[in-house]
Parts: sequence; C-alpha cells; structure tokens
Amino acid sequence: MDLLAFGDTGWGDELGRAMLMTLAVALTAMALGLVIGALGATAKLAGAWPVRLAARLYTTIFRGIPELLIIYLFFFGSSGGAKWVLELFFDSVGYVEVDAFIIGALAVGLISGSYSTEIFRGAAIAVPRGQVEAGMAAGMSRGLILRRILAPQALRFALPGLGNVWQLTLKDTSLIMVTGLVELMRQSYVAAGSSREPFLFYIAAAAIYLGLTSVSGAGFRRAERWAGRGTQQGAGQ
Amino acid sequence: MKFTLMWESLPTLLSGAVLTVQLVALALVIGFGLAVVIALARLGSNPLISGAARFYIFVFRGTPLLLQIFLIYYGLAQFEWVRESIFWLVLKEAYWAAIIALALNTAAYTAELMRGGISGVPKGQVEAALACGMGRITRYRRIILPTAFRQILPAYGNEIILMVKASSLASTITLMEITGIAERIIARTFSPLEVFAVAGAIYLAINFAVTLGVEGLERRYNKGLRLASAAR
Repeated sequence: MDLLAFGDTGWGDELGRAMLMTLAVALTAMALGLVIGALGATAKLAGAWPVRLAARLYTTIFRGIPELLIIYLFFFGSSGGAKWVLELFFDSVGYVEVDAFIIGALAVGLISGSYSTEIFRGAAIAVPRGQVEAGMAAGMSRGLILRRILAPQALRFALPGLGNVWQLTLKDTSLIMVTGLVELMRQSYVAAGSSREPFLFYIAAAAIYLGLTSVSGAGFRRAERWAGRGTQQGAGQ
Repeated sequence: MKFTLMWESLPTLLSGAVLTVQLVALALVIGFGLAVVIALARLGSNPLISGAARFYIFVFRGTPLLLQIFLIYYGLAQFEWVRESIFWLVLKEAYWAAIIALALNTAAYTAELMRGGISGVPKGQVEAALACGMGRITRYRRIILPTAFRQILPAYGNEIILMVKASSLASTITLMEITGIAERIIARTFSPLEVFAVAGAIYLAINFAVTLGVEGLERRYNKGLRLASAAR
C-alpha cells in the first residue's frame, strides 16, 4: 500500500497528475469531436454531394478502422504532416516535432467526432419536420429556426448518445500511451514496471477509470433529466 | 504516395489478417457463451448472483480494454500461485491472454444486449411453451434464447465490428496481427500514410464482410416472421 502513497515514497501523486492528464486529453478530444460532429452532421444533411461524400468517407474510415491504427498514423505521420503544412507558408522548415498531447487529442478527437457526427445527424432527423415548417410559416429565418427550434431539441435527443461517445473517448485516451504521453495508462505502466507490482498498479488505474466513467455517467444522466424537463419522458422519471 | 511500398506490404499485412480473424472468432465464441450465463445471472432472482453479474458488467464496460489486457497478461503473472497453477499454461501465452481479455470484454457488452433481448421475448411465447409442458431448459433452448438472439442480431453485428477493431490491441502484447505488422513496417519505412491506407483497407474489408454476413443471418432468421405477416 506504501507504493500508492503520495509524496516521494509512493506513486499516488504521479497517478493523480496522470489522471488529470487523461481528463485533459479526453475533454479536449471530446470538445474537438463535438465541433467536428456538428459540422459533419450539417455536411451530411445539408451539403452538396461532394461534401456529403467526404463526410461519409470520414465517418466510415474513422469508425471502421481500429483506434490504435489511427493513433499510429498520427504518431508517425505528425512530423511529416506538420512539415508539409508549414512549408505551404514558409520556405524550408527543418525537422518538426509535434507535441504528444496535440497528437493524442487530435487523433482521439477525430475518432470521437466521427461518432458524434452520427449522433447529431440522428438527433436532427428526430426533430419533427412540421416544427421546422411552422417556423418557416411564422417567417423565421434559417438561422433563427436552427437556433430556436432545431438545435435545442436536437441537443436533447443527442444527449444519451453523446454520453456514450464521452465514455468511448475517455477510454480511447488510454491508447495514446503508445505515443509516450504520460496519462493514466502510461503512468501505471511505468509504475508497474519499476515497482514490479503490475497487478496493484493496474487495479489502481482500473479503479480510477471506473471512478471517472461512473461519475461522468451520473452527470450525463442528470443532464438528460434536466434537458427532458417539461417533456413526458422527463415527467415520468 | 509510394505505390510499390503499398503493393509490397499487402501480402505481409494480409498474413496478419489470419491472426486478427482467429483472435476475433475465438473471443466471440467464448464471449458469447459467457454472455448468456451473465445475462441469465443478471436477470435471476438471487440478489447476490445478479449483483455479481451487474458488477462484472460495470467493471468491464467502465475500464479501457488495454488496461484489461495488461492486467491479465502482466498483472496476473506477478503472483507465484498463478504461475504455479494449471492456468499458467494458457496465461503465459500472449495469444491466449489476448483472447481471454477480448472474450471477457465482449461478454460484458453482449450480456447487456442479451438481457435486453431476453426481456423482450413476448410473454405469450413463454406461456405457450409452459402450456406445452416444456421444462425450463427446453424453454430457454428452444424458445427464449433463439428469439432473444434474433432480436439482438443487428446490435450484435456492431459488437462484432467493435471486436475486429479491438483485436488491434493484441499488438501491444507482441502479437503480430494486422496493426502490429503495420506498426513494424511504418517504423522501418517511415511511410505512415501508405501503410495505414493498406492496413485500413483490410480492416474495412473485414468489417464489410461482417456486415454482409450479419445481414444474411438476419434475413434467414426473420424468414418466419415475413411469412407470418404475409399470410395475415
């Protein structure tokens, strides 16, 4: 048990910092995913056919290919990719190294976004068409219909699905240990190796992950109840 | 794009697909059997047993699969009594450790699907089975489980695809399946995009085949339903 103590003798504070890193990557990736998801759903529902095709290709690839393979692509490809982008603006750039946090958040964010796209798309379809037509009949502009009618209701329909995406995203961050970023999985791997107590540290990490998933799961359930207030589902609970 | 490299790495990556399919198939078979047991335990009236099943599902769905793999492969090896037990013959092999971890993981997700499927079996069917004098086991074998499986089939198809993707984590414990081979080729040639494209295409092809297979099964299982509604 001393091994889990805080301070110089134990790994407690290291694990705590690693947990914060896991949360930071997961929140950044989720936020990125939500932006991508909103754009992707718009592209799929209202885009011209090349845009629709691009969005469809994106969701097929990022949902159909293993997360780990995608992370390897970003890990090994980030240096060359960043160099290529920078050389569009500057003459010649030497070796570019991209921070592991950015690589991880970007890779997991794009995976998260591919799932969010489908959730938002389904949620937007679930808003009754008559309501949009009523908005048009009342003389609302497209932006106003989106803001006052479509978005608030779609968000409510999307909430349970987004809760699942968050759980996936949180767990997917464990895979970026292969890039060397010291998040919870990497830290417990290092601690397990140097203390020769792998079982203890992996159980400790499992307990922390369970804490994170169950607390955020409870948060999402509360949010669902809040968003469902005034509806029949909300009243029934 | 270096097309020659892509062409050359194709056979190597395809040879990894054999291992990928093996891992997935074995994990699915073991995991499905386990899932039925867990789902029945979860639905049972004994609070202790259903509580244990609920805890199992909570733990395996709430932690990352990578952690589960490391816990089984590295974590259990720490104990002398594990290394001296008969289980060590299996657990010391990365191959079986990966299959066990994948199977335990998919069992938790599939048990939740199965639970929904079993509760969704129409009450009248169970009553009809009782009226025919079927025993408990016959009832489950002939009526409840087949009907439940038919109901969860589309969702189970998604679970199979998730398993195909999850099998890539076996590469972290030295197994050379598609992702493991891809990582090795990328590290050697520094051509991430090309290798990713080929390996990714193989995964998409496998998942496409799974989708077609599940759709075929759905058509076959729902044949009776279609005939019944046509006769009405």
